[in-house]
Amino acid sequence: MMNLKKLLLPMLMACLLFSATASAQSILRIGLNDDPDGIDPTVSRSYSIRLVLAAVCDKLFDITPDQKIIPVLATGYQWSKDNLSVTIKLRPGVKFHDGEPFNAEAVRYNIDRSLNMKGSFRKVEIEAVKSVDVIDNLTVRFNLSEPLSPLIATLTDRAGMMISPKAGKELGDKFGTAPVCAGPFKFVERVAQGRIVFDRFADYWDSANVHFNRVIFTPITDSTVRLSALRSGELDMIERVSPTDLKQLRSDPKLRVGQIPEQGYQVIRYNINNGPRGKLLGEDPRVREAIEAAIDRQTLVKVVFDNEYIPGNQWVQPKNYYYNSKIPVPKRDVEKAKALLKAAGKPNFTFSLIVPPERDRQEAAQVLQSMLAEAGIKMNIVSQENVTMLTAGTKGDFEAYFTFWSGRPDPDGNMYQHFSCKSRQNDQGYCNPKFDAFAGKARQISNPAERKKLYDQATEILMRDRPVLMLWHRNIFTGYNAKIRNFTPYPDGIIRVKGIWTS
Amino acid sequence: MSATTIPVASATPAVASPGRNRVLRRFLNRPAAVVALAMVLGFILVAIAAPWLAPYDPIKTDFLAVRKAPSALYWLGTDEVGRDVLSRIIWGARASLLAGVIPVTLALLLSIPLGLLSGYAGGWTDGIIMRFTDAMLAIPFLIVAIALAAFLGPSLTNAMIAIGVAALPTFLRLSRGTVLAIKTEDYVEAARAVGNSHVRIALRHILPNMLPPLLIQGSITMAAAIIAEASLSFLGLGQQPPSPSWGSMLNAAQRYLSVAPWIALYPGLMIFGVVFSLNILGDGLRDALDPKAH
Amino acid sequence: MSFWTFIARRLAVLLPTLFFVSILIFSLQHMLPGDPAVALAGEEKDPAVVEEIRKKYGLDKPIPVQYGIWVAGIMSGDFGISYRTQISVSHLIVSKLPITLQLAVGSMIIALIIGIPAGIVSAARRGRFSDAVANFIALSCISIPHFWLGIMLILLFSVNLGWFPASGYVPPSEDLWRSLVSLFLPCVVLGTGVAGVMMRHTRGALLQTLGADYVRTARAKGLTERVVVLKHALRNALVPVITLGAIEFGHLLSGAVLTEQIFSIPGFGKLIVDGILNRDYAVVQGVVVVSAALYILLNLLADIFYFVANPRMRG
Repeated sequence: MMNLKKLLLPMLMACLLFSATASAQSILRIGLNDDPDGIDPTVSRSYSIRLVLAAVCDKLFDITPDQKIIPVLATGYQWSKDNLSVTIKLRPGVKFHDGEPFNAEAVRYNIDRSLNMKGSFRKVEIEAVKSVDVIDNLTVRFNLSEPLSPLIATLTDRAGMMISPKAGKELGDKFGTAPVCAGPFKFVERVAQGRIVFDRFADYWDSANVHFNRVIFTPITDSTVRLSALRSGELDMIERVSPTDLKQLRSDPKLRVGQIPEQGYQVIRYNINNGPRGKLLGEDPRVREAIEAAIDRQTLVKVVFDNEYIPGNQWVQPKNYYYNSKIPVPKRDVEKAKALLKAAGKPNFTFSLIVPPERDRQEAAQVLQSMLAEAGIKMNIVSQENVTMLTAGTKGDFEAYFTFWSGRPDPDGNMYQHFSCKSRQNDQGYCNPKFDAFAGKARQISNPAERKKLYDQATEILMRDRPVLMLWHRNIFTGYNAKIRNFTPYPDGIIRVKGIWTS
Repeated sequence: MSATTIPVASATPAVASPGRNRVLRRFLNRPAAVVALAMVLGFILVAIAAPWLAPYDPIKTDFLAVRKAPSALYWLGTDEVGRDVLSRIIWGARASLLAGVIPVTLALLLSIPLGLLSGYAGGWTDGIIMRFTDAMLAIPFLIVAIALAAFLGPSLTNAMIAIGVAALPTFLRLSRGTVLAIKTEDYVEAARAVGNSHVRIALRHILPNMLPPLLIQGSITMAAAIIAEASLSFLGLGQQPPSPSWGSMLNAAQRYLSVAPWIALYPGLMIFGVVFSLNILGDGLRDALDPKAH
Repeated sequence: MSFWTFIARRLAVLLPTLFFVSILIFSLQHMLPGDPAVALAGEEKDPAVVEEIRKKYGLDKPIPVQYGIWVAGIMSGDFGISYRTQISVSHLIVSKLPITLQLAVGSMIIALIIGIPAGIVSAARRGRFSDAVANFIALSCISIPHFWLGIMLILLFSVNLGWFPASGYVPPSEDLWRSLVSLFLPCVVLGTGVAGVMMRHTRGALLQTLGADYVRTARAKGLTERVVVLKHALRNALVPVITLGAIEFGHLLSGAVLTEQIFSIPGFGKLIVDGILNRDYAVVQGVVVVSAALYILLNLLADIFYFVANPRMRG
C-alpha cells in the first residue's frame, strides 16, 4: 500500500504539473456578437462590453447563477439601522494591474468618478449615494440620500467595477482605450473593430482560479460565420447563440451549449399618455386588453424561436421568484378580443408599431401582425433604426414600439425604473400612484419575502393597466467547445472566465 | 463592384440622330438583345399579373408551415413565418422593377435641366455644379444611398428616392458633357446666328441629341438601381415587412442560410435574371443608337 | 495643353471637390434622425446624461460651428475621436487602411487575372463562340448581386464544404497563409465584378486598336496574328484599361460595404456603415473624406497616366 502510494504520488504530481503548464499556456477565444464600445465601466453601455469588462475589471460584488449576491473585491457589508448608509469591508492585498494598491481611497475615487464624470451612465444607478467616507484603509461607508436596498445589487455590475485611480486620472476620457483594473486579466491590445487581447495578470488576488494565459475577444456580427468559427475551432466560446443555430450546435459532438433565462424581457411599449399620440392606445384600456387576447405567445415563440425562448406576460419569467403566479400567461381568445373592441366602440382598430430593422423583432412583429389581423386589428409595421426609435420614444412620437430590456440583477431596475410615474424608462407616460407606492416601498427594504409581497401587488396593478405588452424572455445560450470545462452560465449572460479551464 | 458603382455609358454623343427605322433594324439584328427584351417584358408581365399568377397570398402566414422545403404544395418552399416563397417572388417583382424604373426616371428628370444649365451657363454655375458632382462621385454610391435612405426613413419609396439622388451625378456629368459637345456643332452655331433664343436652341436642337446617351445610361443604371434596392432592403432600409421585395427576402433569409437555403437562393436568382437581361438590353440599345461606341 | 498646365488644372479642382465632399458628408450625417448622444445612451436613456454627452462632444453647438471645428481639426491632422470607442479616428483610419488595401489589391489581382485574358481572347476571336462565352461570363459577373454571391459562397464553401473559414479577417502579421485564405472568398466576390468591367473594356479597346493603321501595317509585314495582338495592339489598348483599373481600384477602397459586412471584414466599408448606424459622426466623416481623397487622387493618377501615354490628348 505504501509502495503504491510512493509510486503514484510522483506520477500524480507530474500529471498535475503537466496540466498546470498546459493550461498556463492556453488561450481562450471568445466570439462576440458585435463590436463593443470603449472598455470603461463608467461610460460604456453596450451589452458586449460587459463580457469584455468582466475579464479585466473585478467588481465589489457579484451575483451567483441563482442570483444571490456574493462579495468579490469586498468581503462583506452592513446596512445601518435607518437604511441610510451601508458599510463595506474591502479585500486586503488586492493590486491593480499597474501595481497600485486597491483600498478605501480607490473605492471613493471610483464612486466619485461614476457620479461626476461627464457622460457617466452609472450616475443614474447610484445617484442616491451622497458621499463615501473612508473609515480606514479597508473600510468605506456609503451615505445615501434615501434608503435604497438595490444598491448592493447595482454594485455587482459596472457601477461596482474598480479602476486604478492613478490610470483613471492619467487617461481621463481615454481610459477606455487602455483600461487598468484589478481583474484576472490585463489589457494588451485592441484592434479597432477587431480582437481585444488580454493577458493573465500575475499578481491577481485569486490567481489559483485563473486557468488561461490569454483571453481574446473577437467581434463577429454574422451568426453563420460565428457558428462556423466555433465549429472549426477558431473560437472556443460564442455568446448569445441564436435559437435557429441551436440544432446545428447540439448535433455537433465537439460542442456544448449552456443555457439560462435572461433577467430582462422583450416588450412592446404602448404610448398611453406621452403626448397627443398617446390618445389612440391610452384612451381605453379595453383596446390593450383586446390586443393581448388576440395574440398567442406560445405560437409566436414556436414559430420565430423554435420554442427555445420563454413566453412571458410579466416583467420576470414565469419560473422566477418574483413572478406573480396568480396571473399566468393567458390563452389566446380571438372572440374575446373582438368583443372587447366592440365594447370599446373600435371594431376596426388600427395602430402602428415601430420595429427596428433587426431580425428577431421584425419576424415577431410580422407574426403578431397576422395574429392581430384575425381579430380585426390592423397593425402597421414601421421600421425605424434603433436610434431613431429611441428618440421617438422619449419624445412620445409613437403609438407603440418594440424594444427589450436587458435586465438588472435587482427587481427594482426591471420594473420601478420602467413604470413609476417619473421614471426615466417610462416612455409610456404611465402613472398610477398605487403602483408607485408598492414598488417604491419595495426599494427601501431588503427582506426578499416582504419585497415579494409588495412586488406581487405592484404586478397585479400593472397587469390590469397594461402600459406595455410583455412577450417573451430569451434563454441565453452560450456555445462552447467540449474541451472547455467548468463553464457556468449566469442569468446576465456574462461569461466569467475565472474558474473555466480546458482539457 | 457593380453593386456600389454605376457603370458609365460611353460619353460620345450621338452626332446626328439616326433614323428610327435604322435604329430598330440594328436592334433587331442582335438576337441576344431581342431575347433580353423579351425577358424584361416577361418580368414586367409577371409583376403586373402577380395577383393572378401567385398561388398564395404573399403576406398570408401559416404557422404550421414554417421554413418548409420546396414541395408539390409550395413549389419554392415557405419562408420564416410560413409564407409561400414563390408567391412572394412573383409579387416582389413589382418592388424590384419599380426600384429600377423610378430612380432612373428621377435621375433623368433632374439631370437634363441641370446638365443644360451647367453646360450652357458655364462659369461659376458650371463650376459649382461640377464640383458638387465630383464630390458625390467620390463618395461611394451605396454609402450616399444608405445615408439618404436612413435620413428619409426606411420605406421602398424613400429607398427609390435615395437611389435616384445617389445616381444623379453620373447622369449629370453625361448630360453636361453632351451639351458641351453639341453646343459647338455647326448647326447649333447656325441656329444661334439666325437669332434663335437660348431656350429654343436648348429645347429644339440640344435636347433631342442628349437623349440617346442618357437612355443608354438609363438602361445600365436601371440594372444597378435594382441591385441597389436589393442592397438597401438587405440592410433593412428598403421594402418594409410584410410586403415582399427580393432584397428584403434575402435579408430575412440570411439567418436561415444553413437550415433553409431555398429562402435565399431564389430571390438572388431573380435579381440576377432581371439585371442580366437589362444589361444585355443596354448593350443592344447602345449598339443600335450609337454604333460608333463600339 | 502642356503637361504642367494639365496638372495644374486638375489640382485646382481637387481642393474644391474635397471641400464639397466634406460639406456633403457632414450634412448627410447631421440630417440623420437621432443623434450620437441618444445612440450612445441606448437603453439607459436619461435626458440629463444625453444632454451631458451632447455637451461633451460639442453637439449642442450650432451646426456650422461644429463643421468649422471639425474642418479646423482636420487641417491640424486631428480627425476627432469615435464617440463609441473613444479611439481616435486617425488611428482607426491608419489601422483599417492596410486591411482595405489588402482586400482591394487581392480583388484587383483576381479581376486582372480573369478580365484581361478574357478580353483579349474575346477581341481576337470576335464574333466567334469563345467571344460569346466570354461576353456572357463578363455580363454575369457584372449582373450578379455581390452580397448574394457572398452569401452563396459562404453557404457552399464554408458551411457545407468547410474549405474556407467564414470567420472574418486574419491580419497577415499574424499568419500570412491564413490571412490570404480568409480574404479569398471576399476577394473573389469583389474581383469578379471588376473582372466583368475590365473584360469588356479590354475587348472594346483592343478592337479599336486592331483597326488602327499601325496594326494593319504590322499585319501587312506578315507577322502572325498572335504577335500582332499581343505585341502591337495590346500595348496601346491597355492604356484605357489601366486608367479604368485605377478608378475601379478607387471604388474598391471604400465600396466594399456589403461584402465587408457579410464576411465580417473590419475595413473602411464596415467602419462607415457601423458608423452611420451608431451615429458615430467623426468616424463616418473622417473615413469618407479620406477614402474620397484617395479616390480623387487615384483618378488624378489615372488621368496623368492617360495624358502621358496618349500623345493625341496634348493636341
